Amino acid sequence: MITARDAIFAQIKAALATAPPAPPAAAPSSLTSPGSLDTTEWRDGEATSTASSTVDDAVVTLFAERCGDYGAAVVRVPSRDAATEAARLLADHGVESVVAPEGIGAALLAALANAGIRAVGDTPPLSAAELDQLDGVVTACRVAIAETGTLVLDHAADQGRRALSLVPDTHLCLVRAEQIVAAVPQAVTRLRPSVAAGRPLTWVSGPSATVDIELTRVEGVHGPRTLLVVVAE
Amino acid sequence: MSAIAPPFPEAARKQLANPQLRANLRRATSTIKAKRALRQAEMADWEELRAAAAAIKDRMISQMDVYLEQAEAALTRAGAQVHWARDADEANSVVTALVQATGATEVVKVKSMLTQEIGLNDALRRAGIAPFETDLAELIVQLGHDTPSHILVPAIHRNRAEVREIFLAEMGLVGRPAPPDLSSDPNDLAAAARAHLREKFLRAKVGISGGNFLIAETGTLVVVESEGNGRMCLTLPETLISVVGIEKVLPTFQDLEVFMQLLPRSSTGERMNPYTSMWSGVTPGDGPSNVHVVLVAGGRLKALAEPAARPMLRCIRCSACMNTCPVYQKVGGHAYGSVYPGPIGIVLTPQFRGLDTPLDRSLPFACTLCAACADVCPVKIPLPDLIVRQRHKVAVAKTADLRPHLEVLAMAGAGWLFRRGWRLALAGWALSVVGRLRGARGAIGPLPWPMSRWTRARDLPAPPRQSFRAWWRRGSR
Repeated sequence: MITARDAIFAQIKAALATAPPAPPAAAPSSLTSPGSLDTTEWRDGEATSTASSTVDDAVVTLFAERCGDYGAAVVRVPSRDAATEAARLLADHGVESVVAPEGIGAALLAALANAGIRAVGDTPPLSAAELDQLDGVVTACRVAIAETGTLVLDHAADQGRRALSLVPDTHLCLVRAEQIVAAVPQAVTRLRPSVAAGRPLTWVSGPSATVDIELTRVEGVHGPRTLLVVVAE
Repeated sequence: MSAIAPPFPEAARKQLANPQLRANLRRATSTIKAKRALRQAEMADWEELRAAAAAIKDRMISQMDVYLEQAEAALTRAGAQVHWARDADEANSVVTALVQATGATEVVKVKSMLTQEIGLNDALRRAGIAPFETDLAELIVQLGHDTPSHILVPAIHRNRAEVREIFLAEMGLVGRPAPPDLSSDPNDLAAAARAHLREKFLRAKVGISGGNFLIAETGTLVVVESEGNGRMCLTLPETLISVVGIEKVLPTFQDLEVFMQLLPRSSTGERMNPYTSMWSGVTPGDGPSNVHVVLVAGGRLKALAEPAARPMLRCIRCSACMNTCPVYQKVGGHAYGSVYPGPIGIVLTPQFRGLDTPLDRSLPFACTLCAACADVCPVKIPLPDLIVRQRHKVAVAKTADLRPHLEVLAMAGAGWLFRRGWRLALAGWALSVVGRLRGARGAIGPLPWPMSRWTRARDLPAPPRQSFRAWWRRGSR
């Protein structure tokens, strides 16, 4: 018996045979073999390699403005104050307990403890119901995009698995200024190593929102209803 | 559904008689249209982005077999199981069998046009599996035993008071009831949906999604959404089944830089949608451990087989064309009798379903050929050309029918009349006699059947007092 797969491919080939010759297909790039990653290949005229980024103040300012447009609270602080500021913001928003991914860093854990916020680790993994009992989550991110005010998480050790930044109602994200790129294309380029390594990505632009009832914007349906962003410069 | 649905003009008449619907539609489409224009104007390279998107999609279409093989290999490497389905029935049985294999009797669903197209929810229900839609608008539609009227905001035809009534009456029947003191404030309604669905998300064993894009080189699936219900369905269940059209494949991950700029701005008029999830198969310790991708061919192969129809496979389901369409803005989505309404709907639906029903034959005519849709389409689909082409196919189909069609007879009559100069002269003289006797100017109102089929929606110009030939003779003398 002919399989669905074979039938579909036979039909596609027959259909395409009637067309003018196609341009050669793009070969899969080295993305598919993480061992051969060459970061220099992907530079698109700007400094896009995470190692050698310079911080452009106008880009950081645009990011803070655009991210704020969605209703997120964005603060810019010197790097040494980031942990304290993050803890203060969470306390101001009534957060008493957070889940903290393993790689989030000792400085933040100490600041949370000082602010009287209970930080819970994810080892062994918390159940969805347990996550639902916590007020918030603290994560880092991989890339942030100024033009669209977007945070992108690749769920590495300082961000935790996807459920962590989804189930609790308040998400605090720490962004290092050098992680902010001007626009979407640079972000996609910077994210290629993460995808090559098989990591999932979550792009977050403001808190959860809907316009499904009479096109009235409502913030907060299923994802975190409060998004707090600390930019460390 | 298509067999019993009335042709577009009849369905449209019914929709137009609903003032609430027209007010909602006017407000909704004009708001989104204005936001889209604003977000487009922000982008200096918008036209270059559109051209790039069309080129990437055309490249995919012209090598679809190559990219699908790449995608299948990459998905398999990443730990996903790939399934293929020739048509709706096959896709529904594949998905149903996958759900049954888990032993689950309910599934949570992310909004997906393809699962609506194939009627997956009905197929699951027949197998004793309860599908729960989790997008707020889809929840309103599902609880209201209704059908979507817009591909992006499916409950665009409901106002807040109606939503409140639906939630109060229906939520308790399928899960956590709405609070009895529920107000009609959209914030309260959204909060009720959050509470109602949260218990379903937390216990769900199986999630079902569509996919906006599938990256061939990495096997990465992309779901673009707003509310976070998508993230819930994609992350919390043990089993994830994604049902994806074969035309959703994109060659490389880098191609997303184009589409992630075009899609949010074109669909909701936002710089970026609140949430986008991208995942490649199974990530150990994070999210579903049992990942399936069902690739569905459906009517797409029919479009692929006609080179002129191929540009419709570029569509990214943003809905910009319907929001800008003067016909859609007045009648809304229900009149089209298809999950795809508006300009893209009237080319896709007859392409996928064929031209066998009065409804599907009427769809390509639900258009004024104003071409506003072609201007806003982010992937530059030549919609007016495709619509004219579908009209041609309808005309050919009517000519081939055994049953005589009035239009075909009229055209044959006109052909006979025009074939001889003296026949046309005689007809011109006869009309001018009618014009002089009638004496009036302007237009002729409704005529009795069978001419009523023309005049009920259009004015017929009054016959002139003299024919062109008579006027010409007088002028040249």
